[in-house]
Amino acid sequence: MADTVLFEFLHTEMVAELWAHDPDPGPGVSAGSRGEEVGATTGQKMSLSVLESMGFRVGQALGERLPRETLAFREELDVLKFLCKDLWVAVFQKQMDSLRTNHQGTYVLQDNSFPLLLPMASGLQYLEEAPKFLAFTCGLLRGALCTLGIESVVTASVAALPVCKFQVLIPKS
Amino acid sequence: MSRQANRGTESKKMSSELFTLTYGALVTQLCKDYENDEDVNKQLDKILFSNFLPRGFNIGVRLIEDFLARSNVGRCHDFRETADVIAKVAFKMYLGITPSITNWSPAGDEFSLILENNPLVDFVELPDNHSSLIYSNLLCGVLRGALEMVQMAVEAKFVQDTLKGDGVTEIRMRFIRRIEDNLPAGEE
Repeated sequence: MADTVLFEFLHTEMVAELWAHDPDPGPGVSAGSRGEEVGATTGQKMSLSVLESMGFRVGQALGERLPRETLAFREELDVLKFLCKDLWVAVFQKQMDSLRTNHQGTYVLQDNSFPLLLPMASGLQYLEEAPKFLAFTCGLLRGALCTLGIESVVTASVAALPVCKFQVLIPKS
Repeated sequence: MSRQANRGTESKKMSSELFTLTYGALVTQLCKDYENDEDVNKQLDKILFSNFLPRGFNIGVRLIEDFLARSNVGRCHDFRETADVIAKVAFKMYLGITPSITNWSPAGDEFSLILENNPLVDFVELPDNHSSLIYSNLLCGVLRGALEMVQMAVEAKFVQDTLKGDGVTEIRMRFIRRIEDNLPAGEE
């Protein structure tokens, strides 16, 4: 059983490692004339989506390991509550601080002291860097939801560290 | 069993696998990143080897602080004590396993850590095209980084790996030298 701090440290290195490929997006991205800025932005978007998809895989795998009885949620809101309590405690040793919904498929999950942002700063410093540290977690939520039978789009926003909001959009079928 | 008790067990279960799963996702991603390029693919294992060591090193540098804060372990007087602390306290605290210590060199500067099972490789199989990948190489970097922060330059490497069909996983640790601190740059 791995200690939870290992995940946090690994996450930091993961973000750094994937970002390190940025200025030179690497194989698979076509060469050609591109301004340094454009290249950088494309690279960044790729890195964010790479982090997100890694989080997705992990979220799916975590969800798959739950016993079947757990998965018998009565309603969508119960699933979100599960994410805010059980999943968040398992990954971050704390519960989500608030969950709001418009009861029409939009949920806002707020963490007032998000552990992956806590060591960085508080307030507005490093605000630009924050998205890199949220991408994996957005994927994690999306992956867990997927295993629980729910397709979603998950985004995150930070107004001031370490408070962050995860927005979960579940389209009505 | 009450629902509360069930919840606790589920969280614990998820939590214990989080690191393993995340590490696996990272390795998979790095393999993918390089797979498009034929030439690079041959070098992949070497690249991962060289990338993981510094990343692991960085983790080790932070981990030792966490370890010292939580473990109440005093300064180690020699490499044997260090070995004991690594196997019985650190591995237990962070990975929940206690490797055994064997194969001491006559000079007392090398030993092996034998891991009966390696938590990093739960659910992992190496595909054929990456059969030489040192999957858990991060661990070697972590050990080096952590020990460097307590003034020990060491080398750590895998000599046996259950992922490659060996019976156990064996990490060989070698003491290189004591790092003297507080030397201004450029002075010996």
